[in-house]
Amino acid sequence: MRRFGVARPISGRAAALLWACSFLLPLALWSAVSYIPWLWHPLVKITDAGDSTLSVGMRVQPEVFAAAVANARQQGGQPPQGEPANPIFLPAPHEVLIALWTGFTSPPLRSGDPWLYQSLWHSITIIFWGFVLSVVVGVPLGILCGAIPACSLLVEPFIDFVRYMPAPAFGALCVAIFGINDAPKIAIIFIGTFFQMVLVIAHTTRQFDRALIEAAQTLGADDRRLLTRVIVPGILPSLYTDLRVLLGWAWTYLIVAELIGVSSGISWYINQQGKYRAYDQVFAGIITIGLVGLITDQALLRLGRLLFPWTRR
Amino acid sequence: MDPPLTAVDPAVAARWQRLAQRPVVLEVRGLGMRYPDRAGRPVSVLHDVSFTVRRREFITVVGPSGCGKSTLIRIIAGLTRHTSGEVLLDGRPIQGPGPDRGMVFQSYSLFPWLSVLRNVMFGLEMQGKGHDEARAEALQWLSFVGLEDKAEAWPSQLSGGQSQRVAIARALAPGPRILLMDEPFAALDPHTRAALQEHLLQIWQHIDITILFITHDIDEALWLADRVFVLQPPDAEHPGGWLQEIIPVPLLVPRTREMVATPAYRQTRAYLEQLIHPPRLAPVGERLPVFKLTKAGDEVL
Repeated sequence: MRRFGVARPISGRAAALLWACSFLLPLALWSAVSYIPWLWHPLVKITDAGDSTLSVGMRVQPEVFAAAVANARQQGGQPPQGEPANPIFLPAPHEVLIALWTGFTSPPLRSGDPWLYQSLWHSITIIFWGFVLSVVVGVPLGILCGAIPACSLLVEPFIDFVRYMPAPAFGALCVAIFGINDAPKIAIIFIGTFFQMVLVIAHTTRQFDRALIEAAQTLGADDRRLLTRVIVPGILPSLYTDLRVLLGWAWTYLIVAELIGVSSGISWYINQQGKYRAYDQVFAGIITIGLVGLITDQALLRLGRLLFPWTRR
Repeated sequence: MDPPLTAVDPAVAARWQRLAQRPVVLEVRGLGMRYPDRAGRPVSVLHDVSFTVRRREFITVVGPSGCGKSTLIRIIAGLTRHTSGEVLLDGRPIQGPGPDRGMVFQSYSLFPWLSVLRNVMFGLEMQGKGHDEARAEALQWLSFVGLEDKAEAWPSQLSGGQSQRVAIARALAPGPRILLMDEPFAALDPHTRAALQEHLLQIWQHIDITILFITHDIDEALWLADRVFVLQPPDAEHPGGWLQEIIPVPLLVPRTREMVATPAYRQTRAYLEQLIHPPRLAPVGERLPVFKLTKAGDEVL
């Protein structure tokens, strides 16, 4: 408990341990609920139907099971057998792990449906193009708004207004304008991230140390070079962090985007598995998104340290 | 109390005469700065400040907080607009910030994303010099402040004193007419500060530069300067910060630390001290309303 002091620094090994625990603790909780029969397990899963109307694999309420047992006994038949079970929407960790493996290695249930990896790849391309478009327009605009007060007054009030309109609300419009395939999905990702991006980056730019701008001015930098040689390189590390956070937002809008027009990608996959009541596959899909997010974020974090060596001590 | 100029060393007096014949670099005439506060009432920061600075003079500006000394140097640098009067550099009115007036800030203000060398190259590149030429000149400036071995370091790897030496090299590199220094050593420990004061005097003696240096440290002001400008905050007669007095420092150049013990220095210091901290404003011996919280018998006195 000594480690949990306010503002107390953590050594490298302890930090790694805590990092691991932040994943292992939820996993342990999930395992406990899944594997310890007397923890939760509110249903009875039928293992032997006996002479009842129940069938093997059904999950029923304990009262229903008790009634079936009583009914079978009363009529002198074989009572059904069952074991405590969780609802079908909470599969055990190993089931999800198997689903994750089979999802990537075995063909889809219905021929013609995309494989899990194809759905995932499709999602990643949608995110990529939506986010790249957003960055190409949003980053320069945000920097201009942050650096030039007149720009900020001209642009930001309207963006602030649009920002409050939820991106999904534009779904119908996007389909009308861009058709039913990938274009409206990319547009939703763009709408979801662009307006936030301009405001966040304008804010980051405004936070830039004024004294550095003044120092550059006394060294003879004009407005153009203040922007290109001082403000842009100066805010790059914070801007990079902003973009990492905004990329997370892009994944949130993805789920909405993929249900617009012809549904596709990883969220289509998850919905489809939900319809089959294959909740282990549903979990596999959700966890896949989490893993992709975690891996890209960690990769970008490390890349950032390489790109901006002066931020290391 | 009269200025202690009655018995000036003849050698010092001769030097003052020579200085007075040098061409004027900076002329400030009737300078004023006022801005409306939140209620719209005008707040005056500076009121009718006039002085001239001659080529290669070392001027320090002292004054209590609120006297507008930072505003004065920012106006000369072109970072703040004045509302009346004029500032002439070599006879021409200043137009915004420019490389003819180098500035050194208390917070160093080195660009953290550029190496030490690239920091010094910045102003040279702004003048349109090519990479190689700027690099060669910047290396010379770094060796001038004794930091050529830190050329490839990041600013975050430097100590405070080293940072300020790089900042001085960076400000000097574009060849300014005047070097403006806004309490540059205030954040340094006393030892480093003394070392940097000597560095600065050495630099000043070896290149064609005029220095205007702001400080709140009376000893620093006297030991460095040819003349000390005393600024005062607004009072009944003066609506804004005003230039109360210009005190010539009766010491020869180059300065040595022993000069601090001379009667000329001590007299001038005492005079300056009572200008800035008049006795009526600093009641000595006034007791705090403190009462006893220790146990009886637990005396340390």
